[in-house]
Amino acid sequence: MFDELSRKLEGALKRLRGQGKISEANIGETLREVRRVLLDADVNYKVAKKFIDDVQAKALGQDVLTSITPGQLIVKLIHDELVALLGTSAAPVTFGATPPSVILVAGLQGSGKTTLSAKLALYFKKRGHHPLLVAADTYRPAAVEQLRTLAGQIDVPLYEEAGENAVALARGGVIHARQNARDLVIVDTAGRLHVDEEMMKEVEAIKKAISPNEILFVVDAMTGQDAVNTARAFHERLNFDGAVLTKMDGDARGGAALSLRATVGKPIKFLSAGEKLDALEVFHPDRLASRILGMGDIVTLVEKAQEQLDGEKAVKLEAKLRKSQFTLEDFLDQLQEVRKMGPLSQVMGMIPGMNRLPAGATVDEGALTRIEAIIRSMTFEERRKPQLLNGSRRKRIAVGSGTTVQDVNRLMKQYEQMQKMVRTLGKGGGMRNAMRGMKFPAGN
Amino acid sequence: MGLRDRIGRLKEGLTRTREGLMGKIARLVIPGGAIDEALLARVEEILIAGDVGADVSAAIVAAIRERAQKERASDAGVLPTLVRDEIRRQFVPGDEGGESDPFHLPPGRPFVILVVGINGVGKTTTVGKLSAAYVQAGKKVMVAAADTFRAAANEQLEIWARRAGAEIVRQGPGADPAAVAYDAVSAAQARGTDVVIIDTAGRLHTKVNLMEELKKISRVVQKSLPGAPHEVFLVIDASTGQNAMQQARQFGAAVGVTGLILTKVDGTAKGGIVLSISREMNIPVRFIGVGEGIDDLQPFDGKAFVEALIAS
Repeated sequence: MFDELSRKLEGALKRLRGQGKISEANIGETLREVRRVLLDADVNYKVAKKFIDDVQAKALGQDVLTSITPGQLIVKLIHDELVALLGTSAAPVTFGATPPSVILVAGLQGSGKTTLSAKLALYFKKRGHHPLLVAADTYRPAAVEQLRTLAGQIDVPLYEEAGENAVALARGGVIHARQNARDLVIVDTAGRLHVDEEMMKEVEAIKKAISPNEILFVVDAMTGQDAVNTARAFHERLNFDGAVLTKMDGDARGGAALSLRATVGKPIKFLSAGEKLDALEVFHPDRLASRILGMGDIVTLVEKAQEQLDGEKAVKLEAKLRKSQFTLEDFLDQLQEVRKMGPLSQVMGMIPGMNRLPAGATVDEGALTRIEAIIRSMTFEERRKPQLLNGSRRKRIAVGSGTTVQDVNRLMKQYEQMQKMVRTLGKGGGMRNAMRGMKFPAGN
Repeated sequence: MGLRDRIGRLKEGLTRTREGLMGKIARLVIPGGAIDEALLARVEEILIAGDVGADVSAAIVAAIRERAQKERASDAGVLPTLVRDEIRRQFVPGDEGGESDPFHLPPGRPFVILVVGINGVGKTTTVGKLSAAYVQAGKKVMVAAADTFRAAANEQLEIWARRAGAEIVRQGPGADPAAVAYDAVSAAQARGTDVVIIDTAGRLHTKVNLMEELKKISRVVQKSLPGAPHEVFLVIDASTGQNAMQQARQFGAAVGVTGLILTKVDGTAKGGIVLSISREMNIPVRFIGVGEGIDDLQPFDGKAFVEALIAS
């Protein structure tokens, strides 16, 4: 699925290549594709629209770095904006001054509250706390049994009281914790629809009865457009402190998190991924942003390109290109610049579209090493004037580089093709185009 | 049951839906106004807001635009009709709301239904409601507790079975779910049971091992009774977004889903993703769940569904 999205975006980005500044005209299509990507990730359409407008406002008029395409720059902008919107750092859970602290867990049916309650208990138990679980779901058949089983698995006590209503149960749980020296109470509540007035009143009453230090709203990562409605409704009633995104071990892209942040502004505190009770992680905005965009790791690539590509050398090269003097020495330089960014297979994987090389085809790092060796076995004069390379020189170079004459011939042929291309591009385009035209050897 | 009754029941189920899809579109239209791009863009947004998905929404709007041009329908007053028609066309043909009894069983006993889906969509609750519906239709029903993984799933299903008046076959936690299913089908054959409904553990479609386990359940059931399972229902939560498409694809590839059940339709979520699933995979929506009561399961009816939405 990610590949498909990358391809879509790639198509739009293609049309952006070779343009120096970002303008309304040249990013329109890219942004439309980005909107589609966001919608496919279940970001609410209103949130997506506002988000795109903001990005456009920021992007307009920006200079495009020589090392990357405008499209990549936009993607980076979008990614940065997403991270900013998702919250920049992990927000901790609030503990009260006097124990026990109380965490109230609420959400829709099936969002994963009971499992999360047990996970939270284990998480804090491992960090030296003494949690008590309270089974305040008095509706779903066997909900209490479920929590009892989970509590047993992690060896955390459970407070339950048959026949009590949820409010009394929650209150009883807190009192029980105080009497039994538990410093943390985690109250699991029944799943409820945000439009169910009676049930929403109940959870409000629970809140009032136990004054929790932390209210966590549980959201299924697969939630669609309706996430804004449920988040708003729960927020109005409970003013929750943070959200937990569950079922992150699926392949949903979790756009609901963005809708939630944009609608109620509360942080995402944990990601829950899996049925194993230790599968709870602290939220990382950047990872989720990449997941929502489904973009592989283009951002890392762009950052690496910015770091690694030597600006001055690029300027010199560009000048040479204009004069159509692209020598084997320049070729070697370019090769080294690219290789600084990491193993080629990894670099290729970061480029949208490149991650789907034909099945079985792998990037042959060895070929690059051979090319380097061949060029290094030439004299400086040969590198500048390849026309000097006659049969005996080629034989010498092959022996010196540990390759064959055929390898040398192949490289020279590639170099000639490249020069031809550079000649045409050198007239109009710039460095970016020339670089893009380079063909890296791919083995099978 | 007549169409009118069905519409009535559906409306009832949808009363909590604050703003129906078609209600919104009807309000958009200014009588005498023109069908222009701004209006079509709004229609597209409304569809997207209902989780119909960007691609299918764009396709529906394109079809509306084309038809409006072809029929020279420039008056915005006909827009709701066009929208309604195009939405209906997304559903599997035959899903349009015939008068056939959804609980009518083909010859051959027992009729085996396998219920699958990801975690938390409401499978067990749906199995409970479904068995109650078959019992009410005069059938002898047995449920198989093949969710041997989730804590207390057995207990939950047992309570539902008791409420519904169905028999239950269960084993201890951690038992092989395929064995539970096999036992149930064998027992049903011996006792002359009409319907066997197999409840399975929730599993994410991305978990290879769990999907293999599901395939095994299906294989074993077939070994016990050739031709079974006769129906494989995939349960989808109406609040699910675009990922439901992936769920349908993966479960479809594993066990050949024959029908969808859309749950939690009593919230504000529209469950529009079933349009995409119907369209791409040619799977009908068979039932919708509209509440936690044992009677809150209704036969899905594309026509009535859209009509009820228009009326809200």
